Parts: sequence; structure tokens; C-alpha cells
Amino acid sequence: MRLQAASVKLGYGDRTIVDGLDLGVETGTVTTIIGPNGCGKSTLLRALGRLLKPQGGEVLLDGKRIDRTPTREVAKILGVLPQAPAAPEGLTVADLVARGRHPHQTWYRQWSSDDEAAVADALAMTDLTDLAERPLDELSGGQRQRAWLSMALAQGTDLLLLDEPTTFLDLAHQVEVLELVRHLHQRAGRTIVMVLHDLNLAARYADRLVAMRDGRVIASGAPHEVLTEDLVREVFDLDAKVIEDPVAGTPLVIPIGPHRRRPAPDHLVKGP
Amino acid sequence: MTTITLRIAALSWRLRPRGVLVTVGGVLLLGLLMALNMRLGDIRLSVPEVIAATFDPSSAAHFVVMELRLPRALTGALVGAALALSGAIIQSIARNPLASPEILGVTNGASVLVVAGVVASGSAYGGASGLLSTLGIPALSLLGGLIGGALVYGLAWRRGLDGYRLVLVGIGVTAVFTNVKFWLLTVGDVNDTGRAMVWISGSLNGRGWEHVQPVALALAVLLPLTLLGTRSLDALRYGDDTVTALGVRTNLSRTLMILAAVLLAAVATASAGPIAFVALAAPQIALRLARSGQPPLLSSAAVGAVLTTGADLIARTAFPLELPVGIVTAVLGAPYLIHLIWRARK
Repeated sequence: MRLQAASVKLGYGDRTIVDGLDLGVETGTVTTIIGPNGCGKSTLLRALGRLLKPQGGEVLLDGKRIDRTPTREVAKILGVLPQAPAAPEGLTVADLVARGRHPHQTWYRQWSSDDEAAVADALAMTDLTDLAERPLDELSGGQRQRAWLSMALAQGTDLLLLDEPTTFLDLAHQVEVLELVRHLHQRAGRTIVMVLHDLNLAARYADRLVAMRDGRVIASGAPHEVLTEDLVREVFDLDAKVIEDPVAGTPLVIPIGPHRRRPAPDHLVKGP
Repeated sequence: MTTITLRIAALSWRLRPRGVLVTVGGVLLLGLLMALNMRLGDIRLSVPEVIAATFDPSSAAHFVVMELRLPRALTGALVGAALALSGAIIQSIARNPLASPEILGVTNGASVLVVAGVVASGSAYGGASGLLSTLGIPALSLLGGLIGGALVYGLAWRRGLDGYRLVLVGIGVTAVFTNVKFWLLTVGDVNDTGRAMVWISGSLNGRGWEHVQPVALALAVLLPLTLLGTRSLDALRYGDDTVTALGVRTNLSRTLMILAAVLLAAVATASAGPIAFVALAAPQIALRLARSGQPPLLSSAAVGAVLTTGADLIARTAFPLELPVGIVTAVLGAPYLIHLIWRARK
């Protein structure tokens, strides 16, 4: 276990969002954190990626406190893709991806052959080689998110944290990005932790699910162990049926609401 | 953006040809302007006369060139470079082309203390000349600039440094300083305020080697340091989370760069008064000439030096009565900047 949070207390100013949470990220897996809005899942991810300093407890990377390890050294091991990241205007895809090499560069080593190779690899793996010289603002939402993933990939880290990598994307692009994440995991053997909103996609693309509510971990484990009807009720206050996804065989959550239900078959309604 | 890569064994550098061109061109133009500055004035000198005056202490024009024109021209060039460098850093960090050392409270902090010193030492109120004569105008200016910069920085800090908040706090503090300055000018003796007004416009008149030295020292130390910070400055254009994830200590980088900008602007202002517009226009001119994403530091410094030296040459020789250089920099720089922006729009 290379990355773990030990009884961390997280929050902004006086507002505590997470209090006393423990979480270990299993190396070599894709872990997805799920939970309702405001449950602290993004906050936890930010703390794991040392973007937020814990108010208590500690985050450990390779056994050392992450906030006491030089941030540049951390950046060579751990990559973070923030939610809805912002890039300066007029940037090309190649510029953005090259930025991922920042932690490996110094004023006397500004663009080594390693940098060049890593960027070429990252572009190829995200299928962006042909778009490398295109301005970022000309790309579709899915392509742009791929470019950001490519940047995180060029950073060459073993661990990768993705904060809602599919927000603002339509379904087809969501699948495209998650397929890519899976591909990176398999091809490059990266350990990936991400936050997702869509339970069904989370179940399909993750090896492990972590379900959170009110700053606490309610359950964690393989998707079919975690994603049950009871858990959905406990975490989301939602009645649901959980069936097997006919495509992937993973759990599929069907919400149950008072409206829009299938009419009962005729013979049950008429009676004798 | 086109760049060329220079590799020697494990070392590598990335250069932007246009940026190099602007810097080299600027330095060459600066050399030309400096030479003209040595020749022109009340006593016109030929090139051989200038050369003779430079190397021969017994020559008739030695005093004019070595004690009057050269230190004045050097002060102008160095002050222009320092102000432009300061402006380039502040504009990058504030992500705002309208930001300048003025926004950071440096210029007006200096003005307030200088005006206060001049007014207080004057005859009107019995004179507190002790204060001014011990400290002198440059020291008062330096102190005021640093106080102003520290005040804006301190008020803008809130669990980190944000470009927008820096600009807003800076505008507020500047407004207060400006009004204190005007109040002092109103209550002061007419003769004293007259002297203060000349300083406020920014003037290179009568600048000697003692004005060259502090700016030269500040640039010699801070220019290399800020150039080392260029990579961080460039990375800071991205969102804070992204940059932090890339291993940049965002608040530390911003703080160090702003500290450098405040020192450069305060020292420059102490030597020549608040020369208007250089810190604002030079980085934007350099950015457009070099076609880069944000103001290039070295090119900005070169453009700033050229702008100030050229403006002082005009201020000194083109009119029957000598003008303060600060007035000419604005008159010269503004149309050129507008021209560049207008051309880019097409």
C-alpha cells in the first residue's frame, strides 16, 4: 500500500468535512470513491494528492508523510488531475502535455530527450498525436479531457488521482475517458484513484469501490460486494434495485421512485 | 509557439527565437541610444570627442561625459529595466495586463513618504529638516516603497496569495496613498510642493553615479534570481491545483517573485522618482513583439531600458526647456502600445 490516509481530519477554515478517516489505496488497482454531493469525496482526494493539508492525522506516501516530502519529489510519484482544470489561453495540446514534465525539469535541463519521449508516448497512448498542434480551445470536451489525462500521463507517475474526470461530458465521452483510464491501468500498470458520480460506470470501471457519506467511509471493496440495495439506501437515501449489468456483469443500480413505474400486468389488476 | 531546443550532453535549454531577437535587438538599440545620449546636449560632441572624453581624464569634455551624461543615461537605462522587470513579474502573477508596481503600493508609498519628507523639512512649519537631511530623498522613497509593498502584500494574504485579491487590495491602498499625497501637497508650502512635484513626475535630471549604483546592484542580484523563477512563473499560469500537483510551491513562488518585484520597483523609484508607464507598457510591448503567452522577463527589461533611455534623450534635447522623463515615457510608450494592440486585432 503506497498511499494511505491515517485518521485524517479535513476541512476548510472552521468547517470540518472529514473527521478521523482511514483509507488505504491498494497498489495496482483502480479505486473509485462514490457518495452523495458534499460527502467529502473530492476533499479526500485533494488531501491524498497533497492539494489540501489535513487539519489532523496524516497522509502517507511510501510510508512517509506526504506534507514533509519535497513536493517536487511527490510530483514524480503521484499525479493529480483536479476537477475542471484551467489552462492558459491559446495553448496547444502539445504545450499542455509537455507541462506534465515540469517536475522532471530544471533551469539547466529544460527539455531532455526523456521529456520528449514521455510526451510522445503520452500523446500516442491517448490517441492525440494527430491533434498535438491543435489549440486546446478547438477540441471537443472529450478530446480536451483526454489531453489533460495525457498531461498527467506524461508526468510519469505510478499513482494517479482523478477528480471527477467525466464531469461535463456526455455519456459517449464519459465512456471514452473511462475506457482510457482502464487502458492506462492495464498498459502502464498505474494505480488510479478517482471520484465518480455515476454509480453504474463506477462499478463497471473500478476494481474497488469506496462508498462515503458525511465524511465517513461506509463500505469498501469489490463493486459486487459494496454496491448493494442496502448500501444505496444507506449512502444515498435512495430505494433501488441492483441487478447484473448485462454487458459487464457488474452491479447495475436501478433507482426506484414513486412516479414513473411500470403498470402492473392486467391479470393482477382485474382480480377474480 | 515556436521554440528551439539546445542540448549539450544531459543539459538542455529551450529558447524562443523571437524572444531572443527582441532582447538582442533591444540591447543593440540601447547601445545606439546611449551613444547618442553621450553626443547630444548643450555641448554637442562628435564620436571621436566622446571616445577621447571617456578614456582621457584630461580632455575638455571628460566631466560632461563621465560625470553628467553617462551616469544619467545609465540611471535611466537601469531604472527602466528594473521597472519593466518588476511590471512583467506583477502582470504575470496578477494575470492582468493592467497590473504594475503602482498596484502593489510601491510607487505611491514612496511618493507619500517623499512628499511628507519634503513638506515637513520645508520652511512653512518651522522645518523638520533633520529627518530629510539624515535620510535623504532616495532613502525615504525606498522606505515608503517597501512599506507600501508590504502593506498591500500583507492585506492581500489570506491562506495564500491570489492575483485578483492582490490587484483589488492594491487599488484600495493606492487610492488611500494618493489622497494622503494630495493632502500633503495641499497643506505644504508652495516652494516645497513644487520641489516634490518634480520628483513625483519622475526625473533623471542631475542623476550621478550614486544613483546608478543601487539600481545596478539590485539588478545584478535580482535579474538572475527572477530568471531562475521564470519556469515557476510560467507554470503559475495554470490553475493552483494543477500547478501544486506538478510540484510547484505556489505561495512560496509567488511571494518570492513579488518580493523581487517590490525591491526592483522601490530601488528604481528611489533613484529616479516614479517614472510613469514604463512598468505597465514595456512588458506588454515585449510580449507582443516576442509573441509569447505572458510578458517575457528579459525582453521586458530590454524594452524598458530602451523606452526610458529614448524618452530621456527626447526629454533632455528635443525641447527648449527640459521635461521630466516620466512625461515623455507616457507620451512615447502609449501610442506605440496602442499601435501594437491595434495591429494584433487585424
